[in-house]
Amino acid sequence: MVLVLEQALNGLQFGLMLFLLAAGLTLVFGIMDMINLAHGSLYMLGAFLAATLVQATGSFALGILLAIPATAVLGMALEVALLRTLYARDHLSQVLATFALILILNEAVRIVWGTDAPMPMPAALSGPVELLPGMPYPAYRLLIIAVGAAVALLLWLVVAKTRVGMQVRAGASNREMALALGVNVPRLFTFVFGAGAALCAVAGALLAPLLAVQVGMGENILILAFVVIVIGGIGSIRGALVGSILVGMVDTVGRTFLPHLFGLALPPQFASAAGPAIASVMIYLVMAVILYFKPQGLFPARA
Amino acid sequence: MRRSIWVSLAAACAIAAPAAAAAADKIKVGFISTLSGPAGAIGVEIRDGFNLALKLAGGKIGGLPSEVLVGDDQFKPEVGRQLAEKYVKLDKVDFLTGIVYSNIMLAAAPLAFDAKMFYVSPNAAPSPLAGKQCNPWFFAVAWPNDAYHEAAGQYATTKGLKSVYLIAPNYQAGKDSLEGFKRFYKGKIAAEVYTKLGQLDFAAELAEVRAAKPEALYIFLPGGMGINFIKQFVASGMSKDITLITPGFGSDQDVIRPVGEAMLGLFDTAHWALDLDNPANKKFVAEFEKEYKRLPSVFASQGYDTELLIDAAVRDVKGKIEDKDALRKALMAAKFQSTRGAFKFNRNHYPIQNYYLRVIGKDAQGRLVNKTMSTIFKDRGDAYVQDCPMK
Repeated sequence: MVLVLEQALNGLQFGLMLFLLAAGLTLVFGIMDMINLAHGSLYMLGAFLAATLVQATGSFALGILLAIPATAVLGMALEVALLRTLYARDHLSQVLATFALILILNEAVRIVWGTDAPMPMPAALSGPVELLPGMPYPAYRLLIIAVGAAVALLLWLVVAKTRVGMQVRAGASNREMALALGVNVPRLFTFVFGAGAALCAVAGALLAPLLAVQVGMGENILILAFVVIVIGGIGSIRGALVGSILVGMVDTVGRTFLPHLFGLALPPQFASAAGPAIASVMIYLVMAVILYFKPQGLFPARA
Repeated sequence: MRRSIWVSLAAACAIAAPAAAAAADKIKVGFISTLSGPAGAIGVEIRDGFNLALKLAGGKIGGLPSEVLVGDDQFKPEVGRQLAEKYVKLDKVDFLTGIVYSNIMLAAAPLAFDAKMFYVSPNAAPSPLAGKQCNPWFFAVAWPNDAYHEAAGQYATTKGLKSVYLIAPNYQAGKDSLEGFKRFYKGKIAAEVYTKLGQLDFAAELAEVRAAKPEALYIFLPGGMGINFIKQFVASGMSKDITLITPGFGSDQDVIRPVGEAMLGLFDTAHWALDLDNPANKKFVAEFEKEYKRLPSVFASQGYDTELLIDAAVRDVKGKIEDKDALRKALMAAKFQSTRGAFKFNRNHYPIQNYYLRVIGKDAQGRLVNKTMSTIFKDRGDAYVQDCPMK
């Protein structure tokens, strides 16, 4: 029972971090109809900036708080200078150009920082907390869950309750109509892109002490973020949230319970081979099943 | 027809003979390694160790001027093979060396074997090349791939650990490593878990470990995976109740630097340690620190030893490296002072040597280092030599 609860928290933590990445990605894809493979690079930039700023300021919280606007500014600069010219192109050109951007940014980071940067966990949070009797849980992961949930709530408030949010939703469901009604689309795009970059920075900076700040860290997680937005429905924030939690849970459950399950039915040597193999494709199996029944994803933005 | 063969054979001998008699005027070494990316730290250590030995010898190999061509395989077998092709066929090097990872080495080294050139391996030493497929052109300077794991298994048995939980990545070397551990561990295996190769978050696996309540945990997670695992293991608060054991390369200076204090008290196994008491090692450690302003890892010692082995062999044959049989004998004799102390080559060209238990503690200056605790294996070879047809 304790184990199930702990794994649920792990899945939730992973899912919330995925959500921070997927939210930006789904908006950019949904509103601008732009496939941005370099989204993961912004996550990497956020982590590197956070590592540098935490060291420079000597404060964990201050360093991360400074890294978020810094990454947002970088993201907006990128949008104005480069990505804006790609909106009118087809998806293949966008994929090619943003893939090139990944390589360029990876190399640029390597030149500026080297292949990795140290990001220590704050000492106060580096131990476990006794959640229930007999169930300690790493304090830092609790912090990630709390921040992830708070950001998700904030994002929902902005998208659902503010004027900018209304324009974003309008843009996602019908871009031409939003344009015709006088929404300042170029400014909206830059804003959305900056917000996406800021969310990347939050995820990158928070995960940095847990994982590793290194060149190429964005590529692996980007694939999962794409899975999330495809499952959730492109352009939908709600879909991104549901999709990320689902992916986080399925991944955790697959990694831990599946080998046990196989162990019950199969001889050990097959179970130890089949368990991890199936677990690593579980997410994609789930995606395939969902797309079979709902080709537009769970919550399509364009109904 | 028959006559013409004899004539051409004789002619070939006539051309080859003078070359065999004369000493080479320069020794060329092709050095391929993984030098960039997240997996690059180990290659850099090996290269730095190799270069240090070369520098201390005044840039000469076996007393002859030398040229070392360094190439980065980028952690990709195909790139490693391309580099090997260039070094062997175009640059016509005399020795090939440097590769970190077994999969890359197995792609590149056969080019050297086919050209009747020695591949002197500073790290990768896969089991097949120790047994049935042992090769006269291959020398493993460091340690057989599963040696550290065997030593760890032996340590767990000696210590009387009742249950050990095993974790490794889901690929061939991961499975081999746990096989090596189990070969010498006689207690109960709490569980044997294979994670995805390259996985960086281990929250789910750690929760399982907590539920299983093993007495010890043995992990084979090379590079960044191990760094993350150890950090997360300590954050989970389990390090007080569960003894963590790793193979020595999973907890050397290249891992200690990023992880820091969390490493204190961790046990590992290796064929070398910073504090091994022999003159060659003392000189190596002091010179390495002077040159690179950091402490060497086990990989640096392997790079250093590799250069010393090539140097000793070339000196032994007095620079006449064209006589391959004599050169092989000279490599086999390994007449140099190794940083690990005395060792010798088995007939499969894999080392017979000691393996030590080490623990991470603080040295006199308060730095985190591996300290030697005891000898686990004395003069240990490997489990595959009986299958090797070489004499």
